[in-house]
Amino acid sequence: MESIIHRISQGKFWHFHGGIHPPEQKHLTSAKPIRNLPLPKQLILPLQQHIGRQGDLIVKVGDKVLKGQRLTQSSNAMMVPIHAPTSGTVTAIEKSVIAHPSGLRELCVFIDVDGDDTWRAREICTDYTQLSHQQIIRKIADAGIAGMGGAGFPTQIKVNTKPDINFLIINAAECEPYITADDLLMREHSAAIIDGIKILDQLLNPAFILIGIEDNKPQAIKALQQATLSNEKIHVCILPTKYPSGGEKQLIKLLTGQEVSSGTLPINLGIIVQNVATCFAISDAVINDTPLIRRVVTLTGKALKKPQNVWALLGTPVNYLLEQSGFSNQATARQTSHPQKTTPSVIMGGPMMGFSILNEQVPIVKTSNCILAPSRAEMPSAFDNNNNEVECVRCGQCADVCPSQLLPQELQWSAKAKDHQQLTKLNLFDCIDCGACAYVCPSQIPLVQYYRIAKAEIRQQQLLNVKSEQAKERFEARKLRLEREKIAREEKHKKAAAARKAAMNKKTPEANAAKSAVAAALARVKAKKNVENNNADLPEAINIKQKNNAELDDKAHVKAAVARAKAKRLAKQENIDLPKSATKEQTSETSDSDEKAHVKAAIARAKAKRLAKQENIDSPKTEIKEQTSNTKLKGRQQPAKEQDNTDEKKVSIAAAVAKAKEKAKAKAKTKKTPKTSSQPTNEEAK
Amino acid sequence: MINIFIAILVLGAIAAIFGALLGYASVRYHVEGDPIVEQLDALLPQTQCGQCGYPGCKPYAEAVANGEAINKCAPGGEDTIKKIADLLGVDVEPLDENHEEDTGPKVAFIIEEDCIGCTKCIQACPVDAIIGAAKQMHTIISDECTGCDLCVAPCPVDCIEMRPTPETTQNWQWNLTKIAIKQIN
Repeated sequence: MESIIHRISQGKFWHFHGGIHPPEQKHLTSAKPIRNLPLPKQLILPLQQHIGRQGDLIVKVGDKVLKGQRLTQSSNAMMVPIHAPTSGTVTAIEKSVIAHPSGLRELCVFIDVDGDDTWRAREICTDYTQLSHQQIIRKIADAGIAGMGGAGFPTQIKVNTKPDINFLIINAAECEPYITADDLLMREHSAAIIDGIKILDQLLNPAFILIGIEDNKPQAIKALQQATLSNEKIHVCILPTKYPSGGEKQLIKLLTGQEVSSGTLPINLGIIVQNVATCFAISDAVINDTPLIRRVVTLTGKALKKPQNVWALLGTPVNYLLEQSGFSNQATARQTSHPQKTTPSVIMGGPMMGFSILNEQVPIVKTSNCILAPSRAEMPSAFDNNNNEVECVRCGQCADVCPSQLLPQELQWSAKAKDHQQLTKLNLFDCIDCGACAYVCPSQIPLVQYYRIAKAEIRQQQLLNVKSEQAKERFEARKLRLEREKIAREEKHKKAAAARKAAMNKKTPEANAAKSAVAAALARVKAKKNVENNNADLPEAINIKQKNNAELDDKAHVKAAVARAKAKRLAKQENIDLPKSATKEQTSETSDSDEKAHVKAAIARAKAKRLAKQENIDSPKTEIKEQTSNTKLKGRQQPAKEQDNTDEKKVSIAAAVAKAKEKAKAKAKTKKTPKTSSQPTNEEAK
Repeated sequence: MINIFIAILVLGAIAAIFGALLGYASVRYHVEGDPIVEQLDALLPQTQCGQCGYPGCKPYAEAVANGEAINKCAPGGEDTIKKIADLLGVDVEPLDENHEEDTGPKVAFIIEEDCIGCTKCIQACPVDAIIGAAKQMHTIISDECTGCDLCVAPCPVDCIEMRPTPETTQNWQWNLTKIAIKQIN
């Protein structure tokens, strides 16, 4: 480790493989100070602006919010809260286009700015050295800080580590062309950045702190050197300019000569990398109790009249920023020969790794460091969507420049063939999406786009695999459950039967009563059979009721029998439940009214359904209407007779019956394939 | 003569030793079950939809191992058929004509105001992804739903419909034709 420091102090660095030197174009914005913009009228804050999960909303539409007030809270370590960037009113919480290449909509909080910019109560911390580790981490988590270099990893997780840290590396390389946001921040706020680094030092206690900065930012280097004069631990390392030296693994290689092997994290080597803007946000959060509500954004490109760095509140729509810097869509449109083919070309992020945004309503989020509006002459490829890709000529330049030492050409074949296994074998997931391969490709193959597609597909496939594994488990669990339930049911039935038998054979009065009840029932069943079989001569044992029954017609017989059987069954149940209740007559009387009502209603429904189905199947369609209306009447009349059936129930039953009928009708229709012209309904349908 | 006798004896001894070794190995390294079924099951999409005519993916995997046609899995589509063909070393066949081509991932949705609480869909769901009780409104646990379609038919009031899964930033796929490569001059 000492040797590393010795090397660094001599100004010697290691090299990473590959890399390119695209035109820097930083002069457009590097000479002007960071501008403070007037407040926009409306802010759109996506709930999720980081890697992880979105927080839980704690405001609702119509709430007045103060500057810095929390809008979401987190119940999970991977959740990062968001805050109101200024005071105002929450006017809507709905889905809106977010800063994502897909242009998909996600949940956002809309705040109408009131212009007062009133802060919530703040606690300024005068001496952060008194704070404990947990307090600092709490403050960082509450401030909603996520890595501002681009990935947006929750900072409180990154800094909450146990193992000994050898190197804390501050990433100030800002290697992507055009972007000068970190450069300006370092020039204007170097003291605050150093405070942030000191806070991290207190938290992590690393052996050395290295600030990696490219040599194309002389003023920022000077500012940092001045600010760190009194601190022996912090080394400002001036690196040669090369893209992508700001990549995490590349910067580690440059500064320490160590390689982060595939599939591991820098922390495994005792290294933590933080972005300068994140350091600034940490010092703001810990010292000034200011959550992450604004960031420096580079507005650049030759389509803008006044390219400049600005302090943008999170949630500021991109078109407001473009307006403020003199962007005219006409200026770009006039130059195009095919205006209909022109897409308004505004890129979020840098030219190498950014993505074009289709809707200028997209808000600034925690990770957006640059808005690039190039003119047509400057970047023609951003304007036409025509793919100029030609066959690969196997020149191998892509492999020469790949900073991850992959084989871009091989990857390209596999990506086109969707050979996910081969892609994984070729370490696709070590690709950092830097775009150097596509930049040098003489055949203009959009290599990095192919890799992005392939990565998304593989991730999706992994998700599906997990899901199908879960489905399998649930299916197996269900099978087991059904089996278990079946066995349990059988056992229960056996037990119940045994219990019944035992109860019958006991010589208690209740058992006797039950016995006699069963005997009486058997006798009545026999009698009934006799009635049905020999209508003419009735046995003498039958009582008056049955004589009356004999006088009625067959249907009446059956109905009465059914009713009695029901009453008996009820009585039996009641007897088992309440052993003390003496006679079956009483119980049957009490439960008759409501139980019967239920049963009747159910029977009515079932009848209606069955009738509807049958009739629909065998009768022609003209008759259906009549019959369905009949059945409807029946279905309605019968429950209507019951005294206490509530209206709601009727309505829902009627609706259910109607639906069932419709379904049956539809089925019948599909069954009847031959259609005759005499059916007017069919013609209408056609 | 004695030479021939020695040769027979030696060869016989060798045969006996190897025979014993093989016999021991077959007992010692006995394979429980049929591993090909497990491998086939891993290739199937686990929607448990029953469109193949078997009550779930595992039973179909067993049937395929016993010579059933490999082209009956509609949710898996061509991809799955190809993988099964690779595994079994047979020819790729087009998807069985009786089965509709799968039209993208779907998830069941219960129109809750129409649900009468009959529990028929709950009994039909192969992965227990429907919550509800008799005469209570039911609902789908959409994260667990495999989109198998089996709950749609039993519903007496047609309140279940299959909806395509919504596109989110998690499952969104890049479309190369939409994005031009950004490159500076």
